[in-house]
Amino acid sequence: MSKVVAELKYSAEHEWVASDGGGPVGIGISAVAADALGDIVYVDLPEVGSTVTAGETCGEVESTKSVSDLYSPVTGEVTEINDAVVDDPALINNDPYGAGWLFKVAATEEGPLMTAEEYAATNGGEL
Amino acid sequence: MTENYTALYEQHKKAGASFTDFGGWQMPLKYESELAEHHAVRKAAGLFDLSHMGEVWVTGPDAAAFLDFALAGKLSAIAVGKAKYSLICNADGGIIDDLITYRRPSPEEGVDQYLVVPNAGNAKVVAAALLERAARFDVVVDDASAETSLIAVQGPNAEAILLTLVPAEQHALVTELKYYAAVEVSINGQDLLLARTGYTGEDGFEIYIPNLDAPGLWEALLEVGKGHGLIPAGLAARDSLRLEAGMPLYGNELSRYVNAYAAGLGPVVSLAKESDFIGKEALAAIKAAGVGSTIGQKLVGLKGAGRRAARAHYSVLKDGSLIGEVTSGQPSPTLGYPIALAYVDVEHSEPGTIVDVDLRGKSEPFEVVPLPFYKRQK
Repeated sequence: MSKVVAELKYSAEHEWVASDGGGPVGIGISAVAADALGDIVYVDLPEVGSTVTAGETCGEVESTKSVSDLYSPVTGEVTEINDAVVDDPALINNDPYGAGWLFKVAATEEGPLMTAEEYAATNGGEL
Repeated sequence: MTENYTALYEQHKKAGASFTDFGGWQMPLKYESELAEHHAVRKAAGLFDLSHMGEVWVTGPDAAAFLDFALAGKLSAIAVGKAKYSLICNADGGIIDDLITYRRPSPEEGVDQYLVVPNAGNAKVVAAALLERAARFDVVVDDASAETSLIAVQGPNAEAILLTLVPAEQHALVTELKYYAAVEVSINGQDLLLARTGYTGEDGFEIYIPNLDAPGLWEALLEVGKGHGLIPAGLAARDSLRLEAGMPLYGNELSRYVNAYAAGLGPVVSLAKESDFIGKEALAAIKAAGVGSTIGQKLVGLKGAGRRAARAHYSVLKDGSLIGEVTSGQPSPTLGYPIALAYVDVEHSEPGTIVDVDLRGKSEPFEVVPLPFYKRQK
């Protein structure tokens, strides 16, 4: 059963959002998504300084078996990307909520997001 | 489609497999990591459940002549104990399935016996086609697919693993078994058909076993294989392994709408055999027209210059014009770059040609390369 972390919010496209008391929000993909994709071997992230829009694609995540678009769960400017995950995409599978984070955004607006309970209920994830 | 479960379903569940539907079967896609499973097969050994494959026995005085008529290859020419890769074609030359056919020892004087192994999703169609084609031959076609399991041990350590389960006096049968040959050996105290065949590009074995006995053999292999680095491997690893080895997958590279010459399987077709066979006239015309060599399309290998992989059904372009379509593609775990199989117009099929593949709206260069992508060191 794929883990769902209680403190995070989630989009329908399986991205998680971590609020950090008013600063840029951290974004990654859930364990549910990482497990479904399989071993991730390539990740394409938005550039620092670019603007992402909630609900729109901003990159892609590729595993040996498939490729998935990355949807931004929030709108705003990208302030930082996780270079470690670009070099070693397996971090996403190994630690999707920690070392496998993807990018940070100075969010001006959030897309529709779910609580961990709501998200887990939609896909059988384990809280 | 009805979901079929192999006799090893409980073993897979216990091992934490994620399942996928393949040819109407619930099969393990992966256990923990498909990449780890892939590398295990290249470096040590992997254990595969292939029980979704079909097993059709063809027995009778006319068995050899019948298979020469029903299939594209010359099956009468295989020696007892050997196997041959072949195709079963339609009258128009389209491929119904690709098959491995084993010639077994005569069960009695004047009677020949073969085991035909079709793909999972085609097993019923192939069995039906064989039955229909058998009408004027003295043969019995027996579809044993439902009762037969198939377990594969693939990888450089496969032989060492098998030897731990085969009695010492039969070790030579295993060590001397040639690629594309099969022999009856006693494994776990039971006489089973052991074939040196596979779909991974590594040395390895495939074991045919009655369903009832399959779980015991699976667990025994896992147990003795532990010390040899053996882990169970799912269909995801099977697919990446066969792609690196340049082997076609029915449904991707092969179909009723593809002929052997375009698919690079011309040598599998025996136009020279004395007997007529279904598809012969069409295939002779296709070959004479130069399909796959001077006209039409041809299956080629593509190597990506970047990190993004081409996937099945992506368009192949040259100078912006459509020249073909990818049939299989993914990042190669062993080689570290994207690889793909694609049908392209023959004029762009020479190794070294640079083509573009449309990767979801953005073209990336790929080079036509000879197959296979990966070849093991012997």
